[in-house]
Amino acid sequence: MVPITTLHYLVVAAALFVLGVIGVLIRRNVVIVLMSIELILNAVNLNLVAFSRMWGNLHGQLFAIFIVVDAAAEAAVGLGILIAFFRNKETVNVDEIDLLKW
Amino acid sequence: MPNFIMSYLDSKEALTPGSAGSQFWALIYVLIIFAGVSVAVIAMNWIERKLLAHFQVRLGPMRVGPHGLLQPIADAVKLMIKEDIIPAEADQLVFWFAPMIGLLAAFTVYTVIPFGPSQAVSDMNIGILFMLGVSSLGVLGIVVAGWASNSHYPLIGALRSSAQMVSYEVAMGLAVVSAILMTSLNASGTGTLSMIGIVQAQQQQGVWFIFKFFPLGLIAFAIFAIAMVAETNRAPFDLAEAESELTAGYHTEYSGLRWSLFMLAEYAAMIAVSSIAVTLWLGGWMRPFPNLLHAPAWDFIFSLFPGLTFLALAAIALIGVARMPAHSFFRIQRIGLAVFAALLGFVALLLLVIAVAGRSADMSVAGRFNDGIDHVYWFVLKVAVFMYLFIWYRATWPRYRFDQLMKIGWKVMLPISLGVLIVTAIVGVIFS
Amino acid sequence: MNLAMNSALNSTINSGMAPVATPWFFYVLAGVAVISGVLVITRRNAVHAALALIVTLLAVTGLYLMLYAPFVAGVQIIVYAGGIMVLFLFVIMLVNIDRSSKERRFNRIWAVGLGAACALLALFVFAFTKGKALFPDRGMPLAEGSNTQEIAKMLYGEAGRMGQYTFAFEIASLLLLVAILGAVIMTKKKI
Repeated sequence: MVPITTLHYLVVAAALFVLGVIGVLIRRNVVIVLMSIELILNAVNLNLVAFSRMWGNLHGQLFAIFIVVDAAAEAAVGLGILIAFFRNKETVNVDEIDLLKW
Repeated sequence: MPNFIMSYLDSKEALTPGSAGSQFWALIYVLIIFAGVSVAVIAMNWIERKLLAHFQVRLGPMRVGPHGLLQPIADAVKLMIKEDIIPAEADQLVFWFAPMIGLLAAFTVYTVIPFGPSQAVSDMNIGILFMLGVSSLGVLGIVVAGWASNSHYPLIGALRSSAQMVSYEVAMGLAVVSAILMTSLNASGTGTLSMIGIVQAQQQQGVWFIFKFFPLGLIAFAIFAIAMVAETNRAPFDLAEAESELTAGYHTEYSGLRWSLFMLAEYAAMIAVSSIAVTLWLGGWMRPFPNLLHAPAWDFIFSLFPGLTFLALAAIALIGVARMPAHSFFRIQRIGLAVFAALLGFVALLLLVIAVAGRSADMSVAGRFNDGIDHVYWFVLKVAVFMYLFIWYRATWPRYRFDQLMKIGWKVMLPISLGVLIVTAIVGVIFS
Repeated sequence: MNLAMNSALNSTINSGMAPVATPWFFYVLAGVAVISGVLVITRRNAVHAALALIVTLLAVTGLYLMLYAPFVAGVQIIVYAGGIMVLFLFVIMLVNIDRSSKERRFNRIWAVGLGAACALLALFVFAFTKGKALFPDRGMPLAEGSNTQEIAKMLYGEAGRMGQYTFAFEIASLLLLVAILGAVIMTKKKI
């Protein structure tokens, strides 16, 4: 079998990233759009950790940790907005959230 | 014997199989722990029913076997042959595997629990982080089970449970961090997250962390001890399965074997969080006063304890035989209990023989075996105290109201644990 | 019993433990991650999507462990799988998406979105095939046993000096504070 190189990890990360982008672009449900963003962030994390292994230092891993912090903040605020919105409009579909004010 | 079996036993250092790279022994340890935890859960079932009964001045199970000793087996058989009902409106697939999530999370945790310096499957660098993380996955099983049932009570139970567990995880994590801070109070100034490393730090500093910086360690421990009851959804924090409000909470729709998986997961999680508490604050596998009473004679005296414990249990069983009414109706029960007492006595004898044989504390196989039994004995004894406390809480305290629960979690426990963390850090810097 | 505190850690490094990073593990984990990633974006039911995402996260955690990043793996489990995903499930149950699960899954411009994503994929493929030589076959050695300690040194500094990321760490805590406040203000009906 071919030994696993950095490129292998990058390919997996790229696949996850593209899946996340597809999810963000085509799904209507806001919750799933937010989940797709988590998928994207995970792909980025995987890239960073793989590069950290490639260069033999820990900067990539630290970046990954900061991204996890960021993801937590983003999920909390995003879901907060979602709940506030659901209370007002009784919907969680992105294409119905197109008014600037009402 | 093949090399891969003996090379681990012959190695001079005390290493976990994971650290020594012995996959064979890692597998053996996993199997032992799996079987041991399952047996412990079954035993807990009997002990809990018996203790609850005695707390309420009842007898508890008495019919199946002497003093109801075979009751758990009868229960298990009953649960296994019961019809497994899946509600028509339920989400079949999710309903099917929800119990397994909790079980998986509860059992995976045991890979890093140190029953002794080498009596753990693996010594992970991130041990305590891994334990907290994986045990927090257990909430997913509950949430998903409540959702998949597609019924009101389970859903409310699941929502309550997820809110409760997420809230108490915060205080729990902060309490754990203050204990981890204490591991860094050594010459090199580096702490450790490894479970074995934490116990060894307590040994080095010559004090269990519960007594360190009195009362800081004690407060952190108390926070953890409260949070872990909430984390395992046990009384008085069993809002998720409050009988009087939600029939059975998240597992209302479950029956038979699947329901028993939930019970198994709950008890396994109880043992797991108790193990965290024991490891972090109560010196893990260490016997009392390992530094003060440090002499071969003391080692020998303390290594007699496992045997003596079983001897005491055998004696209790024998007293039970003697106190049984002298009626022919009780003949089989009396014989059964006598056999049980004999079994316990035999185990006691075996343990005493091992203690005597492994007296010289060398690294021979017998000596290591003796050491291992010692470590596991003290660890299990400390965990057993917590198990008793869990039952005691359940028998004593009324259930909290949900808003009270949240208020305590966020407005009392969280500030206290944050304060303890800060003060511990300051005191640690001053005294190091 | 003279047990140095870090003896277990050091021995982990010294004993030359055979890495579990076999190709087989990698392919299984990568396959699980990608397949459940597909499920995340195709499932009609949001809870199923969330469960698939949890599987993806756990598979990625396995990949982190293979990359000698145990601390990141632990953070991933505790924050993502244990925290964020429980929050997601909680919200899904709160906003009761029964109605939306019966409606159309994809929005009207799904073809455009898919095309754009495919273009992105093509870009990735192009970059990886062209730039293959940039990535060495073997990674540099990373100490797995002291990973947490090394990360702590970079985050908090050592011997009284500030670490390289101490400032970023403080900013991150500020970010979290803002996020907490934002979430509370957003969701509370009356403050």
